[in-house]
This record gives sequence, C-alpha cells and structure tokens, in this order.
Amino acid sequence: MQPIVEIRKLAFAYDPARPVLRDVDLAIERGSVVGIMGQSGCGKTTLLRVIMGALRPTAGEARVLGQDTRALDSQGLYAMRRKMGMLFQFGALFTDMSVYENVAFPLREHADLPDDLLNDLVMMKLQAVGLRGAAHLAPTELSGGMARRVALARSIALDPSLMLYDEPFTGLDPISFGVIVRLIRNLNDSLGATSIIVTHDVQEALGVVDYAYFMAAGRVIAQGTPAEIRSSTEPFVRQFVNGASEGPVPFHYPAPTYDADLELAAS
Amino acid sequence: MRVADFRARLERVGSTVTSVVWRVGFASRFLSYMVLHSGTALRRFHLTIAEIYFAGVLSLVIILVSGLFVGMVLALQGYETLQRFGASESLGVLVALSLVRELGPVVAGLLFASRAGSAITAEIGLMKATEQLSAMEMMAVDPIARVVAPRFWGGVISMPLLAALFSAMGIFGGYIVGVQLIGVDAGAFWSQMQAAVDVRNDIWNGVIKSLVFGVAVTWIAVFEGYDAPPTAEGVSRATTRTVVTSSLAILALDFILTALMFTGGNHQ
Repeated sequence: MQPIVEIRKLAFAYDPARPVLRDVDLAIERGSVVGIMGQSGCGKTTLLRVIMGALRPTAGEARVLGQDTRALDSQGLYAMRRKMGMLFQFGALFTDMSVYENVAFPLREHADLPDDLLNDLVMMKLQAVGLRGAAHLAPTELSGGMARRVALARSIALDPSLMLYDEPFTGLDPISFGVIVRLIRNLNDSLGATSIIVTHDVQEALGVVDYAYFMAAGRVIAQGTPAEIRSSTEPFVRQFVNGASEGPVPFHYPAPTYDADLELAAS
Repeated sequence: MRVADFRARLERVGSTVTSVVWRVGFASRFLSYMVLHSGTALRRFHLTIAEIYFAGVLSLVIILVSGLFVGMVLALQGYETLQRFGASESLGVLVALSLVRELGPVVAGLLFASRAGSAITAEIGLMKATEQLSAMEMMAVDPIARVVAPRFWGGVISMPLLAALFSAMGIFGGYIVGVQLIGVDAGAFWSQMQAAVDVRNDIWNGVIKSLVFGVAVTWIAVFEGYDAPPTAEGVSRATTRTVVTSSLAILALDFILTALMFTGGNHQ
C-alpha cells in the first residue's frame, strides 16, 4: 500500500544561503503513529508545515494523501486539509467561542447539518476527550491540559485520515500528559487514522509511537522503532535519548572566544 | 567620506520608499483578495451583523456623547460670531452644515479609528499570534474570508451610520444650547436649517465621505492586524499604526473629497 505521507529528497529554505531542510526522505504508513524528533530548531516543525502544505518545498517531493503538495492551488490545499487534523502546541482555541462552539466550528463550516445532529456529533467528540461536561466553558476557563483536549476534539471533528501533532506534550502536568498520550493512541486506532507527532520530548513520545525519525540540522539522521532508537549507538540519538549535556550537540551556542568577549587581550 | 555618507543616506531613503511602495502594493492585493472572497461574509450575513455590533453598536456611547458636545460647542462658538453680524437666526444652518459636511464624518471617523479600528487590529493580531488563524487554515477555512471580510464589511457599514448619528446628536446639542439656553428662535433655527441644507450637496456628500472613511479605516485596521508580527510588541505596534495611519488618511481624504465636492460652484 502507498504510504500516506511520502517525502523524497526534500529541501526547504527561506534564504538559499541557510537551508532549513536538506535531503529529507521519509515514508509514513497508514494506520501508524510516527514521531519526528529532534532538538529545537532542527527543522521538524518546518517539515510539519511542508506536510500540511503551508510551505512549498524548495526541492524534492512531498506527497501527502496521494497528492503532490507542490501541484496544489489554494483550493486543492483546502480540499486536502479537510482530510487532515492538526493539534497546535497550545491548542489555538478560538477565544471568542465556548468549548462547544470550538468543536462545532469545523462542522458548521464544512457540513450543513441539522442542529440536533450537530449537537450529537459535538457531544460525541467531547465525550471522546472526557470533556462533555465542559462544553459550556470558555477557553480562558480551561487548564492547559483541558485546552489541548478540547483542541484535539475539534481537530477530529471531521474524522481526519491524517492527524498532525505539534509538540503535544509541552507544558503538561503528568496526569494531563498521560491523558493526551492515551488519547493520541486510542483516537488513532479507533478512527483508523495516521498520526504524526513532532516533539522534542523523546522519552514520552517513544512510549506512544510505532516508528520514529530523528532530525538534526535539517536532516534525518536516524530512524527506527522505539526499541531500535533506544538501543541506537548513534551519538546524537544517544545524547538526545539520555538527555546528556555532553555530546555532538554542543552546550554553547557558537560565539567568539571568551577572551575576546571579556576583552582580556586588550588589558 | 562625504560621498560615502551621501550614498548611504540615499540608499536609506531609497530603501524606505521601496518598502512603503511594496507595503501599499501588498495592502492593495490584500484588499482585492478580501473583496473577492467576501462571499462568506455576505452569504452568512449574521457574521457581518456580529461585527456591526462589535464595531458600530459598541462605539455608540463615545460617538453620541462626542456628537452632543461638539454640537453644543459649535452652537456656543457660532452664536458668538453670528450675533456680531445680526445673523444669530442662522445658527441652525451653521451647526447643521458644519456637522453634516465636515465634523460628522471626520470626527466620527477619527473616533471610529481609535475605538473600533484599534480593537479590530488587536483582535486579528492576537488571533494570529495565538495561532487561531493558522488553526482555521488547517481546518480548510480561509481566515480572510471567515474572519477578516466580515470585520471589513461590518466596519464599512457601521461608519456612515455612526457619522449620521454623530451629526444628528450634534444638531440636537446645538438645539439645546442655541434654542433652549441662549434663546434663539426655534422656528428660525429649524426652518433655516431645512431651507439651507441640501440633500444631495450636503447630506449625500457627507454620507459619501463617511463611507470612504469607513473603507479606509477598516481596510487599514484589518490589514495591520493580519500583517502584524505574531508577538506582543508586534500587535501593540500594529494597533498604534492603525490609529495613526487611519487618522492621517481621514484628514488627507477629507481634503481631497472636500475639494472635489464643495468647489467649482456646485454648492449652495
């Protein structure tokens, strides 16, 4: 079966002198939960934006849901996105709407449903994330974990084939974290969807994904199942999995010599 | 050294001019895209009505109170001058023409830019900063059609109504001061106003002015919000730019429109 996301020799740069993604190859099978991991600034969110069609590749090919994203106009992109769901890092709930209206939003925009059917669907989605009782609340009344669950309910409102998660674990307490992990897995399996999780929370993500890609400096430098990643001998992966301060990723940001900054040579 | 300095200054001027021209071009493309994608705002008119409430109804207090006081001050100042020439009976004409032709559209426009324009920019800018617009795009909903266009049309519709209410309230303020407090004859106040104020040359031109100001202010407000850098500072600067640019645009457009409408002998 053709992968749901297939990326070949992909490159992307805002400025040709400073490429963000280089020579990226990956294939994501239908029904799987896949992690794209790496340190902040390694290009993983840019890769996610290429997959969702928000950025066009500078070179190479990105085929998503069987379509080459470079060939799609805005109408084509919107048609593709109707089959996709996206959970943003902090939920991105509409603050002028209640929880109920947030979840109802994509249904109102894309389906002309009678009110009672729309109500049933919204309640089912909220029930799936355990927040049916919070339907009347405003987004400002929710905790970070609850806001993310509401955003998750909203993103699955149209039963997407492909779910994208941008740093879904950031800033969550242990209980909320456990809930989100369980929801990602359960919703993926119950909807028959495919999920891509972009994260730097390696240990947490390895507990939920079927397959993982590791990125550094805009390239995929390692890939494998969680067991393969944990036993990897690749120095970067070892450093990242173990959270070590010493390794291929330096502690210091590139800088002139310490003596020069302290002007020791002059004195 | 002087040649190098001159060249650097010239380059800075060139860069500023290029950037301004580029920004005006970008804003124009944004406007045409928004107008072409206004189907949602017009088809689902309740979205636009909600924005009329937000931009128009919620601006009523400041518009009505300001209109009342401007009219009252006009009557005081106008009476002071008119009585010197024995023309105090023409107070109603002076108040009405000043408000309908100039002060109504201009002051209401300036207040609208400060109250509603800044709020529209801040709201759209914050929606961008908190990824609400990106979330909408990911749900295959065009944020310009769903968020920006209803706000634009809401502002464009609200502005002439607010200017009309401002003028009406100003005339009422002029009546209170001129007739009730100073003692100008009520019959002369109203009949001279009725005779001198022309529907096409005065009222209709005032409505056109307020409509043009409404388009300009709301266009600037939605563009600045949509184009704001997604940070607290970016939104803050965009909000300030909306008020400053809108105010200058209103004053410049007012001069141009007045020159076109009220010169050349086509007025009373």
